Amino acid sequence: MNQPAPASSPPALPVSLAANPKLSSWLKFSSAGQVAISPGKVEIGQGIVTALAQIAADELDIDLSRVQMIRASTAASPNEGVTSGSLSIQQSGRALRHACAEVRRIFLQQAAERLGVDIDALDIEDGTISGPGNVRTSYWELAGEVSLDRDATPGVTPKIASRRALAGNSIQRIDIPDKVLGRPRFIHDQALAGMLHGRVLRPENARAKLTELKEDGARAVAGLVAVVRDGSFAGVVSETEHGAEAALNALRKGASWSDGEPLPDENDLASFLKAQPSESTVIDKKTAASPGVSKRTIRRQYTRPYIAHASIAPSCAMARWHGDRVHVWTHSQGVYLLRADLALVLKLPVENITVEHMEGAGCYGHNAADDVALDAVLLAKEAGGRSVRVQWSRQGEMSDAPFGAAMAIEIEADLDEQGEIVDWRHSIWSNGHAARPGRAAQPGLLAAFELADPFPRMISTNPPQANGGGGDRNSIPLYDFPSWQIESHRLTTMPIRTSALRTLGAQGNVFAIESFLDEIAAERGEDPVAFRLRHLRDERAKDVIRAVAKRAKWKPEKQPGIGHGIGFARYKNTGAYCAAIAEIEGAEDISVRKLTLAVDVGEAINPDGVINQIEGGAIQATSWVLKERVRFDRQRITSTSWTEYPILRFSEVPDVEVEVIQRPEIDPVGAGEAAHGPVTSAIANAVFDALGVRVRHLPIIRDRIIAAMELIS
Amino acid sequence: MSSVRFRLNGAETEVDADPDRSLLDILRRQLGMTGPHFGCGAGECGACNVIIGDHAVSACDTPLWSVAGKDVTTIEGLGTSERAHPLQRAFIAEQALQCGYCVSGILMSAAALLKRNPSPTDREVKEALDRNLCRCGSHNRMVRAVLRAAEEMAAG
Repeated sequence: MNQPAPASSPPALPVSLAANPKLSSWLKFSSAGQVAISPGKVEIGQGIVTALAQIAADELDIDLSRVQMIRASTAASPNEGVTSGSLSIQQSGRALRHACAEVRRIFLQQAAERLGVDIDALDIEDGTISGPGNVRTSYWELAGEVSLDRDATPGVTPKIASRRALAGNSIQRIDIPDKVLGRPRFIHDQALAGMLHGRVLRPENARAKLTELKEDGARAVAGLVAVVRDGSFAGVVSETEHGAEAALNALRKGASWSDGEPLPDENDLASFLKAQPSESTVIDKKTAASPGVSKRTIRRQYTRPYIAHASIAPSCAMARWHGDRVHVWTHSQGVYLLRADLALVLKLPVENITVEHMEGAGCYGHNAADDVALDAVLLAKEAGGRSVRVQWSRQGEMSDAPFGAAMAIEIEADLDEQGEIVDWRHSIWSNGHAARPGRAAQPGLLAAFELADPFPRMISTNPPQANGGGGDRNSIPLYDFPSWQIESHRLTTMPIRTSALRTLGAQGNVFAIESFLDEIAAERGEDPVAFRLRHLRDERAKDVIRAVAKRAKWKPEKQPGIGHGIGFARYKNTGAYCAAIAEIEGAEDISVRKLTLAVDVGEAINPDGVINQIEGGAIQATSWVLKERVRFDRQRITSTSWTEYPILRFSEVPDVEVEVIQRPEIDPVGAGEAAHGPVTSAIANAVFDALGVRVRHLPIIRDRIIAAMELIS
Repeated sequence: MSSVRFRLNGAETEVDADPDRSLLDILRRQLGMTGPHFGCGAGECGACNVIIGDHAVSACDTPLWSVAGKDVTTIEGLGTSERAHPLQRAFIAEQALQCGYCVSGILMSAAALLKRNPSPTDREVKEALDRNLCRCGSHNRMVRAVLRAAEEMAAG
């Protein structure tokens, strides 16, 4: 099952450190009293760089201001795969903590030797190592004598929680001053010497092929450097950005396209998902020792639409060729993974490709960040060794990037005479939730599917349950039902491109489970908080539920037009615990007035960072629930602007209150995806509390509420 | 090509460019002001907001010619690290962002609000920022930061 292994196994290196054991790949002492820390994880607006700096400074006993955080690059950084799944603190944080603890010990040994003092008599304060008789040295004095080009060893013990000075404190994020002062910090703001600008032409209709391209119009635009075409991939390179835009418009007028491939009916996603060919997997099965007697069975179906990542910034990348080597600047979540896919497309050894990270806007999963990098590489090929910057349009970002997969979820419960659950069956129909680059024998980058000699379009898959699962993420109940069977049907066709969106399938599954539980509790006339507590054995789970109930004064007195609901999950069943209570208002149009959350991430390295992530997740989930669905007709994606794909606005944002249950002795886990499922279900349950109807199809918008009311009338 | 004159962050500025080009493109590519960010190109998200006269305006759909003779303020003109604007200090104090791509535009909307209404209510702040989109969900922190800056400015 999904309980983490007990911590009694023999000492082992943290996973990221085991994969990248050389200590010097993680940190280096530079001459000017600084320490360069090189995590393989990247800043995507989640504040990870600050939390990792806190961990490193703590373990080394140096001031935070001495820490220089190095951006990930395939040229030098440890390979930590992808920055996703709320794993950066778990993976990079633990690796850095261990590496820094070991480096600290190595330097203490060296200092003891040099100073002729017993190692236990030495102390470190802000990098200065001192001992009895006023002897002193420092990391920087010793750096020349100590080689960190050696592998980390297990058995190093990092500091105990009470001896950490920084971790556990809400340190201000180190990237924020640049951002509020408008200093160039994002990849979008960087200009390389002699940089050209590129734009890529893409069809309106899904997967249409470019049949004819008249280039004269584009070639007549001032500043044009190249028109690039390879099959259905076409683009322009210009001396200026506005020249590239103008040339793209001209190129579009000269383009003829084949018919595209048909899209499903957006109004009947469940039928579409269930009718497609799929690969079925039993995710989990639990058998009761003595099965209860079923008196009746209830079955409910839930759906979630396709959801856009909808980053505020259109994706952007830069590339520059030098002979048969290429350097790429990207806001991808995984520099090594992107490099692997680029190598497949370009048919080059990975050594010829350097991929360097630069900050982008929040991506919330696998958006177009990787796609635009290949676009830039392909356009830069025709730029005579000059660098080319490519930026997608808003329309492209909203229609050509992968989406979070739509889901149909069916749950059946057998109830006994007392209305207690005796068996539980949960089935999911969905495309896979992951088609990230760098993990398959074929590339996952959009332009690769468009070339004259195209790669097959990647069909999304699901990570295994051991890694948190994909469409099945959080589908195994944490509740102690006597028996269950969980099944996942992953579609093997993919007319709408899907890949990882924050939480993968967890938002849909938690919505379904928590809505259904709420319904069963309501039918029994049992309080939904009490019902959940009664079915949980894990005290940390119960603690977040009790904490949120207390904080929201559960259950507030009933008022007309107002509803309250609760939702709970432990992200991936192994990550952060989170419980949410929503207070909503409305009839046909719902507004969420307040969200109260309690969260347990183990040791919260930066409690305000955790709160920020939970608040942000709660508000984003509210936006998903109240507003968001990718729109399409049978030919093309139609929600290509903020008007057609509205998200929550300032005037619509609920108050959000977050309580962090701090557990300094328990290994930290990430917070970025913990809130979405609980908040989604809390809102849906609050809608029932207010209106007496169960809306089982997201988003909870006016026509869904009316449809749900018609069902019961 | 023609010449357009305006005041940018207090300095007389003359730009030789096609007057139909967007102010945002001119600011970012010709004048090196990368604080205002491109988000949608249609005036729908506010990431590129600047202040023209007394109003926050999206620079992506403002043609260069239309700012002739006007005062344009970008985030770069709001404050510097040595002399940060109270709004910038408050955004740092409240840690009022996650990715921060939208924040320069939001600061300009907020600065325009505080100019015309130095002591806004919570609701008035939300109304003033309603045309700015934030995807990370940092809205409440931003509203708190604006109110904090207003208080600080009132206290002198």
